[in-house]
Amino acid sequence: MMQRRTFLTTLAAAGATAIATPLWAALNEASASALINKLVGDINKAIDSGKGKSAMFRDFEKIFARYSDTKSIAAYTMGVDARRATPAQRKAYSKAFQSYISRKYGSRFREFIGGRLEVTGVKKVKRWYEVSCVAYLRGESPFEVTFLVSDRSGKPLFFNMYIEGVNLLLTERTEIGAIIDRNGGDIDKMIAELKNLG
Amino acid sequence: MTAAPEQISTTDVVFSTKTAVRAGAVALLCLTSACATQNPEARAAGEIFDPYENTNRGIHKFNVAVDRYAFRPASKGYVAIVPPDMVTAFSNFAENLSMPGNAVNYLLQGDLKMAGTATARFMINTVLGVGGFGDAASDFGVAETRTDFGETLHAWGAGEGAYVELPLLGPSTSRDAVGTLVDFFTNPIGALENNPVENIDIYAEVVDRLGQRGTYSDTVDSILYDSADSYAQGRLIYLQNRRFELGQEDATSEVDPFELDTGGF
Repeated sequence: MMQRRTFLTTLAAAGATAIATPLWAALNEASASALINKLVGDINKAIDSGKGKSAMFRDFEKIFARYSDTKSIAAYTMGVDARRATPAQRKAYSKAFQSYISRKYGSRFREFIGGRLEVTGVKKVKRWYEVSCVAYLRGESPFEVTFLVSDRSGKPLFFNMYIEGVNLLLTERTEIGAIIDRNGGDIDKMIAELKNLG
Repeated sequence: MTAAPEQISTTDVVFSTKTAVRAGAVALLCLTSACATQNPEARAAGEIFDPYENTNRGIHKFNVAVDRYAFRPASKGYVAIVPPDMVTAFSNFAENLSMPGNAVNYLLQGDLKMAGTATARFMINTVLGVGGFGDAASDFGVAETRTDFGETLHAWGAGEGAYVELPLLGPSTSRDAVGTLVDFFTNPIGALENNPVENIDIYAEVVDRLGQRGTYSDTVDSILYDSADSYAQGRLIYLQNRRFELGQEDATSEVDPFELDTGGF
């Protein structure tokens, strides 16, 4: 418990730093890790809130909308099927995906209750930044969580996440592809199904 | 248990492992020469190589059925009845039994430092962790270690080969399947003559897996039962995680956001 408190204090300090470097600042090592520090702070706050499942998922959806490049994530996960999707389908998919992913990853983050995430480093990779974190869970050896941050959207946002090498974008593209196949290639049915999943 | 008999058995085992290694190398050779191989371009692009997909999917179906009717309920009962601290203790015990085998594998990989770490963990936890149920080594800051013969083969330059799903054991590759087989027959613990229980390492492993399945029930359920194609999800997650463990660059995971057409999303 003591550790947690120290951690939260550190986060509060990090939050204060983040005010000095606003979210829309130019992308560099400092702003990339400030973004993830704030994100991790919000995730920790949500899992610490003791709220029920659905209230917590709503929190995660807000966090996801605020910190991630939802357009890039939606475009990538739809894969080649995005080429034949109408603008209306793209928009509907983007919205459905956002709440689906919040429920799905929210369930995983709920297992972090009593644990904590900590930012450990940042490095530039090509045109984006890789921010490394370590997740500490009760009775479990610490493991690596990595966020990729780019300013493709015009401001620094994360567009991918790895848990022990397992990539969110790739995993979800496989999943969405399988849902489209299961529905005989029908994008509207896939979107409808997505609303009930996660 | 004292340190001395362990040292003797480790040298014995290194010796007998040599024979097994030879057998494993032959098996690997058979696998790579007799079976389908991936073309180099596809491999460079990081494409998944799954020439036995039909067989694999059959085995996957079997594994899911075993999980649904036996393993999942058993693991739920196990973590419901056994207190969490004891689940952790049994997990420590199984992990400790794997340390001599890890030490041998690190030696074979030429990694003396990690071989020393694995040996130190085994000694400290066996003596101070009361037969391996406690994890005193971590309290002393001795890093956790985990390796296997599949990693040794990787260190020797063997490619991962085809993706395979093994009955009961789950996702693997042709290289790692050979590794699992070799590890199974060469575990130094199995070679000990004064084992309190025969095949204790296997029982410990099963109990450990029960604990893992029970503790991460929701995560495993979400992959096995909630995903649209649990075979494809399991395959992708296993391969990415395995490549990450082996410190390999994963070409499949490279996504350039600047190349995406995000119009309308």
